[in-house]
Amino acid sequence: MSSYSITAPTTAQKWGAGILVVLYAVITILPLLWIVTTGFKSQNDAIAYPPSVLFEPTLEGYVNLFTTQTRISDEELAENPPETWYDEIAADRGMSIVGPSRFGGRFLNSVIIGFGSTFLSVFLGTLAAYAFSRYKVPLKDDLLFFILSTRMMPPIAVAIPIFLMFRSLGLSDTHLGMILLYTAVNLSLSVWLLKGFIDEIPREYEEAALIDGYTRFQAFVKVVLPQAATGIASTAIFCLIFAWNEYAFAVLLTSGNAQTAPPFIPTIIGVTGQDWPAVAAGATIFLVPVMVFTILLRKHLLRGITFGAVRK
Amino acid sequence: MAQIRIENLRKDFGSFTAVQSSSFTIEDGEFFMLLGPSGCGKTTTLRMMAGLELPTSGHIFLDGDDVADRPASKRDIAFVFQMFALYPHMNVRRNISYPLVSQGMNRAEVKRRVEEVAGILGIEDILSKPVGGLSGGDRQRVALGRAIVRRPKAFFMDEPLGALDAEFREHMAQELRALHDRMGATTVYVTHDQLEAMQMGDKIVVMNHGVVEQFGVPQDIYDWPATLFVAGFIGSPPMNVLEFDGMVGSGSDHVMLGDARIEVPRQLAGAHGALGLGVRPENVHLDEAGPYRGRITATEYLGTTQIVTLDTAHGEVKARIPSDRPARTGQTVGLRFEAGAITLFDMASGRALLSEANREVLHHG
Repeated sequence: MSSYSITAPTTAQKWGAGILVVLYAVITILPLLWIVTTGFKSQNDAIAYPPSVLFEPTLEGYVNLFTTQTRISDEELAENPPETWYDEIAADRGMSIVGPSRFGGRFLNSVIIGFGSTFLSVFLGTLAAYAFSRYKVPLKDDLLFFILSTRMMPPIAVAIPIFLMFRSLGLSDTHLGMILLYTAVNLSLSVWLLKGFIDEIPREYEEAALIDGYTRFQAFVKVVLPQAATGIASTAIFCLIFAWNEYAFAVLLTSGNAQTAPPFIPTIIGVTGQDWPAVAAGATIFLVPVMVFTILLRKHLLRGITFGAVRK
Repeated sequence: MAQIRIENLRKDFGSFTAVQSSSFTIEDGEFFMLLGPSGCGKTTTLRMMAGLELPTSGHIFLDGDDVADRPASKRDIAFVFQMFALYPHMNVRRNISYPLVSQGMNRAEVKRRVEEVAGILGIEDILSKPVGGLSGGDRQRVALGRAIVRRPKAFFMDEPLGALDAEFREHMAQELRALHDRMGATTVYVTHDQLEAMQMGDKIVVMNHGVVEQFGVPQDIYDWPATLFVAGFIGSPPMNVLEFDGMVGSGSDHVMLGDARIEVPRQLAGAHGALGLGVRPENVHLDEAGPYRGRITATEYLGTTQIVTLDTAHGEVKARIPSDRPARTGQTVGLRFEAGAITLFDMASGRALLSEANREVLHHG
């Protein structure tokens, strides 16, 4: 194309590009930075106006996030002096820790449901994608289109039928129910992405394995799966990000037993009203797993986004 | 090692017939070529023999056993793919040992066999390398290694030299033939390159549109093509076919090409109508005393020989003559066809007419 240029960029162009990138990064990172810093603020700093940019960091928010506390009088405090650093932080505010909060359990729910549905989506997606890629499936194109069409409306559009269905099936507020729901939503993405990856793997590899004395299933496991690792990894990230961040269904369908972190975090209320540092601390911790997962697999992620665009 | 017999093999893909009713026999230890243009069904035939496609009908006998419905893994054959299909996530050693591992062979024996094969192919020094960075030739050798390490009943190769550079091909072709002679294993080799087929094969099957056109040793196929397709496909430049209307009687030893009387091998069957006189370029001589005439339209210099293109009353004729024989464009010269090397064709059916010269070849095929 005529717009394609192979000349080196000028210094001005490099600076211009650099400034744009930095500007974009700042805009993107600012809210994250805000949440992370708020997690280390005291309650007063958190709601100060104008916002306090420089502040004395405290772990108050994190302690409040993980513990349940009760107000105690100075006499009681004198009788039971704080034993640990977190007792001390509570004591500074005239509180005493009486036990762990529910945050740990909610976080664990997120892990179980997020990773569980990711595993199931990728597992089923890989099998389906392999079948669509390699076998003569009757009405293949129609089936693939049907699978894709499940993503043509926002999932929450079917919230009411799903709510009623879950209630009559006894799936409301269960881990299994949420795993199934997120898997159902992710499966179309997973099948389509993985089919693209598996299509790119030449059939000769499997045929060579068949000739070499392996069964079709062995050829799939030992030859196709290692080749599809990149695709599986990037698909897993996309599935995990959706399941991890999903809020609307979690609010609607879970309340206690299987409640995930997203609907729980905003409800953290301290003795003196909304405990913003604790909310921010919860959000920060909640960000970490997906961030780590994504950074570890970022190379695959990039190929996942651009898959099929370039022939290797 | 094994004899392979193909009987009435047929393969349909929906309404398209890739292979129709092929039959031929590959003797034990033969280097057998499946030759034809792309889409002629040669690869499909090979894949059915290997068990990668199920035939629609017909039989494949491997050492007397009908294996047509047996899965590839149960046929004890090795396959070398055009793109080699080396497992990219394994190194050279694991690639070669992979077929042995599936048999549950013990590790010491696997190691011994892999090293023996690496020795034969001269690839001992790359055994621990990943296959990704290997040159085309080394990939080819590894693919061969994976095939021969099992000592299978037969080797099937699908254009194994197709992915190599032209200059390296020649070398690899010799290596492959030498390897075959050393192992003595039945080898079936698919190619679209007639030179490769002539150079390497003990026997050739020429296929076109899913049909076996001719089957035999390279020289017979070259000298006595059974059909117009073979005449045109084999040889570079291909056989000249001069079309004429006329008749030839049984027992006749000449045909009339216009006014020219051309001697041909004694015919065993009569024919009339649209006929073709087939003669290889090297059997066309520029000879003022010859019965036929043509005007030179082009010459191509090829070192020791030259190809002279002539315009005649019955179409274009190419002659391969020595380079030192003067030939000028525009000149009109006499032509003589070597009588013993002519094949007559029935243009309507496309088949060669039976003569004393090609009788044995055609009856055999």
